[in-house]
Amino acid sequence: MKLKLTVSPDFPPEKLAGWHIFNTWLQRQTGLASHFDVYESYEELHSAIDAESVDLIYANAYDSANLVRDKGFIPLARPAQQADEVVIATSIESNVEKIEDLAPGINIATTADPDVRTIGMIMLEPANIDSANSQLQSFGSYPLVAKSLMKKESQAGFFLADAYDRLSKLIQSQLRPLVRSHIQLISHSFLLSPRAIAHKDTLQELLRNMAEKENGPRVLDDLDSKGWRIPDQEEVEFMIDLMSTLVSD
Amino acid sequence: MNDMQPNDVAPNCTEQRIRLYDGSERRIFLCDEEVPYPDGKLIVSSTDTEGVITHCNDSFVDMSGYSEAELIGQPHSILRHPDIPKAAFADMWNTVQGGEKWAGYIKNLRKDGRYYWVYATVVPNKRAGVIKGFTSVRRKPSRDRVNEAQALYVEMKKAEVNS
Ligand SMILES: Cc1cc2nc3c(=O)[nH]c(=O)nc-3n(C[C@H](O)[C@H](O)[C@H](O)COP(=O)(O)O)c2cc1C
Repeated sequence: MKLKLTVSPDFPPEKLAGWHIFNTWLQRQTGLASHFDVYESYEELHSAIDAESVDLIYANAYDSANLVRDKGFIPLARPAQQADEVVIATSIESNVEKIEDLAPGINIATTADPDVRTIGMIMLEPANIDSANSQLQSFGSYPLVAKSLMKKESQAGFFLADAYDRLSKLIQSQLRPLVRSHIQLISHSFLLSPRAIAHKDTLQELLRNMAEKENGPRVLDDLDSKGWRIPDQEEVEFMIDLMSTLVSD
Repeated sequence: MNDMQPNDVAPNCTEQRIRLYDGSERRIFLCDEEVPYPDGKLIVSSTDTEGVITHCNDSFVDMSGYSEAELIGQPHSILRHPDIPKAAFADMWNTVQGGEKWAGYIKNLRKDGRYYWVYATVVPNKRAGVIKGFTSVRRKPSRDRVNEAQALYVEMKKAEVNS
């Protein structure tokens, strides 16, 4: 069987190179044939999942909820250290100093990452801003979100905190962070389809000990990862319950 | 549940006795001072099916004023503020025991007698179709929504006293 690997389509193109390298590394380590597929949109990913074309996925928390609860995917590994946190920023030239200074009617710049959007919208609630009274515009990368703020085309920008911290000093000097989340419980996870369960132990051993494997540290670097740890099922179920309190439905 | 202690509370608190759902009474101290919600944080706790606290995060501990050891194993009504009408909690319990998600504005009582407002969402923790407990996630509320909820709760409390 060929293992079909993918990631949630919230990774900017420059990060996908790291996942191609990971895929090659995985094949060498396991001797399994694997293929890395890129889906451009959530619609494409979800139809691939329905067509059983995804065996191993590095999924954001939002997708993890559906995959684990509705499709029976099994949590394999989570980042050892990083959680997904969000920064909301505005232009340094704006007179907005805190979230409550924002008002309904604003334009918000963000990316396709649904976790970032969810957490971002929650942190705007103290300003009475919701999806009905604001315009959300999606950009292909976080530097483009920053640019939209600097051009004053949007009054608030949602950033994955890691991505915000990686913006150049020059760009950061043009922005004013208004709030940074400290949730600590939300992250991407590696999930395995029930069809591929036979590979669970092999994959978990590899991921857990990736830093000790040949070329492991370099590949981790390419993924901006500090390594993975193995969660128990309840830990992931708990993250899914938590996400369900944050999404509006 | 343990009574609140005069030594733990801020100056200018007033003493009151409240009756809990299980019929027991608790002495509480109330101080008219709000503690602001911490920006960017979620306050998280879980209970068993009876509402006894089984887990809470650091923000929960910080905002409640209790230590984690003082919270685990206690009924969640350890944070009950008498300004919240019974009907609000009854609605919450009915909803989550029925397997659904509930959300609303809640005023919580701290160990030191001060209070804090949250927007709380409570979900059942369903495992293999069975409710094993409940989790509540609170976030920073809009001040306008809190003022609306507060006005509504005042009316509901009046109706409670008259009935
Ligand atoms: C997961 C969960 C979280 C709760 N969180 C709170 C809370 O933060 N504050 C509170 O007053 N009651 C909370 N409750 C409700 C209490 O269990 C209780 O019903 C309420 O304090 C009223 O007390 P009484 O039921 O004894 O009248 C929570 C219940 C559950 C299941």
